[in-house]
Amino acid sequence: MISGSRTLAVFMKELVQMRRDRLTFAIMILIPIIQLTLFGFAINTDPRHLATAVELKDEGPLTRSLLAALKQSSYFDIEHIVSTDEEGEALLRTGKVSFFIVVPQNFERDFVRGDRPQILFSADASDPVAAAGGLGAANEIARTAFAADLPRLRPKLAGAPPPYDIVVHKEYNPAGVTAFNIVPGLLGVILTMTLTMITAIALVRELERGTIEALLSTPVRSVEVMIGKTTPYIFVGAVQAAIIMITGRFLFGIPFAGAPVALIAGITVFVFTNLMLGYLISTVAKTQMQAMQMTFFVFLPSILLSGFMFPFHAMPGWAQAIGECLPVTHFLRIVREVMLKGAGLSDIAGDLWPMGVIFFVIASAALRRFRRTLD
Amino acid sequence: MSSQEFVIDVRGLTKRFGDKTVVDHFDLAVPKGTIYGFLGPNGSGKTTTIRMVCGLLKPDAGEGTCLGFDVLTQSREIKTNVGYMTQRFSLYEDLSIAENLEFIARLYQLPKRRRRVREALADLGLSERARQLAGTLSGGWKQRLALAACMIHSPSLLLLDEPTAGVDPKARRDFWDTIRRFADDGVTTLVSTHYMDEAVQCDRIAYIAYGKKLLDAPTKDIPAQVGLSGYSIYADDLSEAQRRLKGAPGVDVLARFGAFMHACGRDKPALSRAVDRVRGLPGAVVKEIEPGLEEAFIYLMAGVEDNFNGASA
Ligand SMILES: Nc1ncnc2c1ncn2[C@@H]1O[C@H](COP(=O)(O)OP(=O)(O)OP(=O)(O)O)[C@@H](O)[C@H]1O
Ligand SMILES: [Mg+2]
Repeated sequence: MISGSRTLAVFMKELVQMRRDRLTFAIMILIPIIQLTLFGFAINTDPRHLATAVELKDEGPLTRSLLAALKQSSYFDIEHIVSTDEEGEALLRTGKVSFFIVVPQNFERDFVRGDRPQILFSADASDPVAAAGGLGAANEIARTAFAADLPRLRPKLAGAPPPYDIVVHKEYNPAGVTAFNIVPGLLGVILTMTLTMITAIALVRELERGTIEALLSTPVRSVEVMIGKTTPYIFVGAVQAAIIMITGRFLFGIPFAGAPVALIAGITVFVFTNLMLGYLISTVAKTQMQAMQMTFFVFLPSILLSGFMFPFHAMPGWAQAIGECLPVTHFLRIVREVMLKGAGLSDIAGDLWPMGVIFFVIASAALRRFRRTLD
Repeated sequence: MSSQEFVIDVRGLTKRFGDKTVVDHFDLAVPKGTIYGFLGPNGSGKTTTIRMVCGLLKPDAGEGTCLGFDVLTQSREIKTNVGYMTQRFSLYEDLSIAENLEFIARLYQLPKRRRRVREALADLGLSERARQLAGTLSGGWKQRLALAACMIHSPSLLLLDEPTAGVDPKARRDFWDTIRRFADDGVTTLVSTHYMDEAVQCDRIAYIAYGKKLLDAPTKDIPAQVGLSGYSIYADDLSEAQRRLKGAPGVDVLARFGAFMHACGRDKPALSRAVDRVRGLPGAVVKEIEPGLEEAFIYLMAGVEDNFNGASA
């Protein structure tokens, strides 16, 4: 039989300790702000003057106009004129240039004929933020470049679609994670990191300070300790989530298309799961140092295999299988679906219940691990 | 509870850490209302035994009851009714004095909690400092707070692990008066200590060394059971007397007691011959005495080391 008053006792005690431990508390609040600002800084930068290689298989006046417009745009610094595709691709691959632009053979002739020649923009999208600016500008640059020549070469075409195609290749990061993807993802990653860490030291701290002996000599039950010790941090999670959402909204204009209740449900289950995960670590670790290391052990796959860093479906099967077992994977899907795609509660059910299952598995493991003796 | 009213009744308690047997087939029967002293050299297994009795450590072997509850299976019931004071301060240093007491009181689900905490603070004389953080208390005061905390739920059995270590003499007296008063009300106490002036106040003493119980008797019978004879020696140069007696055959215990030297041994004729060595010293006064508890325990602690070395060799 669980006693509410004993649970409350542990809860209140934990709350007071949390309040006294100003440093930890400040870190909990500062981490999301700092992280977001750092990432936001990267998002906000509109990177210009990126090294570019061009291959000109046609050297007519149109090509020269394009070249001038590229330089004019200030996105592209043309540092290499190459004569083969291989040369340009090698530069891109080794990171010497961020863009590789190819103007095809007989561009001007095909342009005039209406054969829709293709200008190829390849970008190193491993830094998606850097690539996005230049690629976004490509169409506009081409339009202004050919604007002066268009009436002369193709008088009949005013108002029709342009007589060429811009083909964009994002290399190395086909999904092209963008700013809107990063902030919701960051919500998941920050919550995972801070909440898991804070409860990971919950029991270990008592072990290290010796207070566990007094605690265990009372009739308190393991469930009561577990609930009492984790629930105070729900507030921390809620505050962090609010900070990230508000910052995302007002600093970066992240859209919020879906139902708030769906997001709140997602965040709630996710916060619980992370707190429980930390608590499980706490029942295994013997020192705070070990607890930190184990937290990191959880944290790494959470970043790498959850779809935060790499597009989930581009990962190999085994990695996806691991990813499915991580709460953050499901949370990321929920957040993206709700915030960006306008999902409601019923749409996210498919990711909510796996998170619930993970929660129960972790919680029962933690209860089994909790030792009521000092052995 | 069994008919003899043993509050603690354990047999064959054994605890191993790795391949080291720390408590070895330990039996203990503590009648209701007694103050039972628990003595033994450092590392002899006192703390480990107490932890097993109150369900904080699982014995590797043995059985028994504590307050009528099975020590192997009913540790929750035991914990509810026992007040255990840990050897090392184990309350929360980042909680205030009042918050610590409040926390413990809540865990025991005490009715009239606020009043109990207020009374405990008043008994301690800490009402004014109730909001001070426990970590900022002096060592002796921490000890007194811990004691108050383990008594707050009025347990019928107190397990006290060196409760007065570092506590000043006045507070120690107050503490023993309290324990005595509790005992008169039927509260049983098992208390470990290294202080002889406390040991004498116990009704019975169990003496443990290297995990084995060597002696278990009413306090007043212990010197006789050990069977020492003794001399009190005074000399102008007491150090010289000490040098002459040190290691002499028949002298098992040689220790200063204030301005005197006590020489004790189990072999009375040999001891008396040894003591003759100092009779000629300037100012020498040699008197036969009845050795007390302290001599008995010094003898035991010196002897056991030999026993143990012999046994392990
Ligand atoms: N958790 C443990 N793991 C391994 N060894 C332990 C553990 N706890 C105690 N010991 C060992 O058991 C022995 C007995 O320890 P215990 O604390 O019971 O002694 P004690 O009689 O209380 O000593 P003291 O008078 O110094 O408090 C010691 O040798 C100690 O090193
Ligand atoms: Mg001890």
